[in-house]
Parts: sequence; C-alpha cells; structure tokens
Amino acid sequence: MKKTLFDKIWDEHVVESISAGPDILYIDKHLIHEVTSPQAFNELKERGISILRPNQIVATADHNTPTENQHLPIKDLLSRNQLRQLTKNCEDNNITLYGLGHPYNGIVHVMAPELGITQPGMTIVCGDSHTSTHGAFGTIAFGIGTSQVAQVFASQCLLVDKPKKLRVNVNGKLRNGVLPKDVILYIISKLGTNSGTGYFCEYAGNVFEEMSMEGRMTVCNMSIEMGARGGLIAPDETTFDYLEGKEFAPKEEDFEMMKVYWKTLKTEEGAEFDQEYSIDASEIEPMITYGTNPGMGIKLSDSIPKSTGKSDENALEYMGFKEGESLIDKPINYIFIGSCTNSRIEDFRTVANYIKGKQKAANVNALIVPGSRQVAEQIKAEGLQLIFEEAGFSLRQPGCSACLAMNDDKIPAGEYCVSTSNRNFEGRQGQGSRTLLASPLTAAATAIAGKITNFTQNLN
Amino acid sequence: MEKFISLTDTAVPLDIENIDTDQIIPARFLKATDKEGFGENLFRDWRFNKAGNPIDEFNLNNKKYKGSILVAGNNFGCGSSREHAAWALKAYGFKVIISSYFADIFKGNSLNNGLLPLQVSPEFLKKTFTAIHKDPLAKLHIDLENQLIKITSTAESEKFEIDPYKKNCLINGFDDIDFLVSRKEAIQKFEEKTFQF
Repeated sequence: MKKTLFDKIWDEHVVESISAGPDILYIDKHLIHEVTSPQAFNELKERGISILRPNQIVATADHNTPTENQHLPIKDLLSRNQLRQLTKNCEDNNITLYGLGHPYNGIVHVMAPELGITQPGMTIVCGDSHTSTHGAFGTIAFGIGTSQVAQVFASQCLLVDKPKKLRVNVNGKLRNGVLPKDVILYIISKLGTNSGTGYFCEYAGNVFEEMSMEGRMTVCNMSIEMGARGGLIAPDETTFDYLEGKEFAPKEEDFEMMKVYWKTLKTEEGAEFDQEYSIDASEIEPMITYGTNPGMGIKLSDSIPKSTGKSDENALEYMGFKEGESLIDKPINYIFIGSCTNSRIEDFRTVANYIKGKQKAANVNALIVPGSRQVAEQIKAEGLQLIFEEAGFSLRQPGCSACLAMNDDKIPAGEYCVSTSNRNFEGRQGQGSRTLLASPLTAAATAIAGKITNFTQNLN
Repeated sequence: MEKFISLTDTAVPLDIENIDTDQIIPARFLKATDKEGFGENLFRDWRFNKAGNPIDEFNLNNKKYKGSILVAGNNFGCGSSREHAAWALKAYGFKVIISSYFADIFKGNSLNNGLLPLQVSPEFLKKTFTAIHKDPLAKLHIDLENQLIKITSTAESEKFEIDPYKKNCLINGFDDIDFLVSRKEAIQKFEEKTFQF
C-alpha cells in the first residue's frame, strides 16, 4: 500500500503494536516547560522511577514568565516557585534548560525550530497543544497531557492509537495582503473546530510549497484549532535551507546524509487519506474572528453570519457583536503581536514594513512580544526596534505573554484585542477580555487606524 | 489509578457546545506544582462573578442539579492540553463526562485519571438532556463492562464505544506508565536497531 508522509514517520517509530489496542510509539524529542511538567516529575519521584533518556529532553520557561525586567526576581510568588521548580527538576535529572535570561530562552515552539532541535522525520511531543507547530518540518509533533509527559519521562515512549489521515490542499495564487495566518484561519472557518478531531493533517499544494518555514509553522501551529492532533508539511529545499547551520542541526557530511533521508519524506502518489479537502487560494482574504472559538472567522470584507444555535448566540453576546454586522470601523484599544503562532522574525518584518513612518492611533495599546531571545536580538540587529518605538508600539521581552495571560500581560474585561495568537476563547487574554484573531498585518493596520480597517485597499 | 466499573447517579446538565479547557480551568490557576485544589476553580469564570459570588444561573450552582456525572454539549474539552482540566473535574467530584464528541487530548487526559469520557450519539445526548430537564433527579446508569448507558427514568439506553485497552485499564485501575515500564526491554532493543536523532 502506498504510504503517506505521516505513515512513513509513524511506522518508523512503532516499537510494538498491542493487538486491538494502541501502538507503543518511540519519541525522539521531548520538549518541556514550567506549567505542565512539575506534576510529571513528582509522579516519577513518587514511583521511584528515573528518567530514561534525559538527553532527549529540552526545557524552556515561557508560559509564566514576565515580559519586562526579566533580570529581576519574578514578583508573582506562584510563578516564581513554578520556575524554581523547573530549574531544580532539570538540575536533578540532567536535563538541558534554557531558562529565563539564557540566550536560547523562548517560547518552546519558537526556540526548538530556530535552534535546529526540530528536524524532519522526528517524533516530537510537549505538554502543550501547539506542539503541532513542529510539523512544518515534516515531523510527527503533538501535544500531550501531564500523565503522558510522565510516560515519556519513564519510557521515551507513548501509548497512542494511530490517528486517521486528513489532507488539506490549497492551490493557486494568494491575494495581496493574505498571510499564512489568514490561510489557516480560512481553513478552520470552512471546516470547523472539530473537523480534525481524530486526524493528523497534511497540508499540500503550491501555497504551502511556496511558503517560508515561518509561514508553515504558523499554519501547522493552528492544526489543533480544528481539532487535529497535529499537522505536517513535506520537507523540501526551503526546510533544508532553514535548517542548515542551525545550532543543533547536523553538520556538513552528516547534514548531506540526512538530506538524502529527508528527501524521502513525502506522500507517495496514490496514497489514500481518510478525508481530503481542496481549497482555491484565490478565495482567501485577510481573516478575522468574531466569536469565541477559532472556527468563528470571517473575511474582513464579510459580515457576521446568522447564528445557528444557542452556542453561537452566547458567543456573540460575550463579544458584544450582532449577526449581520460588519467588523470594519469597530474601535479597538488593544493589539497583541506575539505567541507561538506569530512571533518569528518574518512576522515582525511584516509589521515593521507596514508601520514604518506611521504612528499608532492614540487609543491603542500595541504590545509586541518576540517569541525568543534570538528573535528579540534579530529585531534589534535589523533596526526594527526603532520602527516599533517610533510608531509607539511597546516592545517587550520574549514569552507566551498575552496569548494566555498567565503573567501580567492581560487585556482588561470588556476590551477588544486584535491578536495574532491562536485562541479567542472567553477570558483567554484576561477575565472578560474579547479576542479577535488575525494576521500580524491586520493587527498592525488596526493599531495604526485605531479601528478595524480593510487595509488591503491601501496596499501597493 | 482508581478503578471504574459501573455507576448509577444523577447528572448535571451543561448544554453548551465547544466547552474549551480554558473555561474548565482558566490559565491563571495553572501555577500550582501539584495536582491538588483545582476543583474549587472548576469553571471558575462561569461559576463565580468578578467579586467571587456564585452565579445562580450556572447549572453547577443550581441546587436542582447534583451528581457525579456531567452531561455536556458537543466537542467537550477542546483547546489547550492542560491536564489540570481533568484534575479539576475529578477533584470537584465528577466521575463521568457525557458528550457527543470529545477533543482528543482531553479524552486521553481523562482516561489517564480514571475519569470516563463517555461518547454518545447526538440523539442520545438530546434524550439525556431532555430527561434531566424533565426530572433533575433522573438517574443515569453506566455499565463499563457491557459498554452500556441507560436513562433509568425512561429506560432508554445506548451502547458506547471505548478502546479495549483503555477499558481494561479503567476496570483494573492500571495505568500506562506501569505498562510502558514493563516494556523497557523492547524499547531498548528498538533504540539499538533504529537510527537515533
């Protein structure tokens, strides 16, 4: 039987298959952070089990970290304790930690790819649902719960049922102003938030082939928002060029040898998928969400659709919107550009390019949070910092920040925030906050206008 | 892990679709380093207003409803992978969650904590809500061995699916760590014969 990209990687990693049960899947890399790991470390300690392969684990601090004064002790005692616990657990178990202040520190899904830890053909897990991001390199990468973190600690394996296979093809030419974020928001709005449940999704077609690695990561990142455990894109020259020279990527002859293998990682002609969708790229326009799940998205030029039930009505009531209305000209006081979805250098170049020589509107608080220390350094090196400062944007230190508001970066109750993050759930960015998901370009344009604007008319 | 074999109890209805794990347990409560105390913050922002007073209209605060079964709308547990959601539901006292669809990661997390995510057909879910709305003390009977759920007041029942491996784990109180550790030799053999990144 012809194999898909997903089959090839999965089958290579099956240690054993339990009859009428799950597979024992070998995990190459295990990424951990401060929020979902402490209970797993405790679990092992209580059972007297040691960590099987500490050298295959990499840790970072990201979810709970402040984005100002990172050199000072963290004010919030619970956060400080959680980070201290992570440091201790890593020290006790010989695990590499890129903690706060380390030059490699950053959001787990930004840090690992930019260091070359993420490589094609790997299986990667992390106690975070956006682990799907790493699929951009042609890996099987998925989020796990804390019990599973403990399982990987103990055995470097997981018991998992092989998911079904889904392929989303996007072919054609993208319109001016349409970014990878718009592509994935469009896909989710068309297919729905649970269309991918039980599946792993391969993204195929010229739109993804022509996308940068940063763009592919944005797309794969949000696979979980349609319910898919993960998403992946076949590795190609773009992938190899990105990886070459990265800190932990193979070097010279090893790299060439790996490339031979990596090139075999693609879906064979005629391989079957359990479900397949095709989308015409020219249909896609800049997108924005109006509700309380990522599937509730519309084109900037569209109006809010009719509610189909109580859940829709509740979402609109929470957001303070009405069916049939357009979002254009809605005043917006908060902008967040960051998160594991859109906090890579390409995102900030796009924003800087749009706002250069402009000023944010007086009503707007615009927060820019790089995904990692390396991205922050690059922002400085490329002179983008100056552009942000001159436009009145607040450039912070790296972390997950206002995406989930575990630190002080919260959106006040009742306020709207156009955000480049991945979730618009009730209260996600702070109690009572109202999130509108969009691309970095849409967020930048909103910041300048002080309201939602159909910026595509002004693009050259 | 605690065993689960069968249960007969009343249920709390939560007829809302796409309940995400951010609602089940908001991110600001994820700063703990142990598994204790999440029950009091279960559905925090739906259960309590900003001043910390209970919101009467929310069904968990409605004295009419009680029991260790939660009946929820389609696509329960979507979003974040936080296992704190399963811990919060368990600590609050729920043993079974019934819905017509569960998000993958939440489903796995629940099973790893002896909390049964029981998937029924959309029709049966509707019948369950109707029965509870009619009589808040209507009991549900769940028989894991025979994979059967029954609304005792109406005698309506439905077979449900569950992975045979996971069913065995629940009935016997086994968990995946024990099993995986027992396969250590096979795992090491696999490592020897396979390319290592």
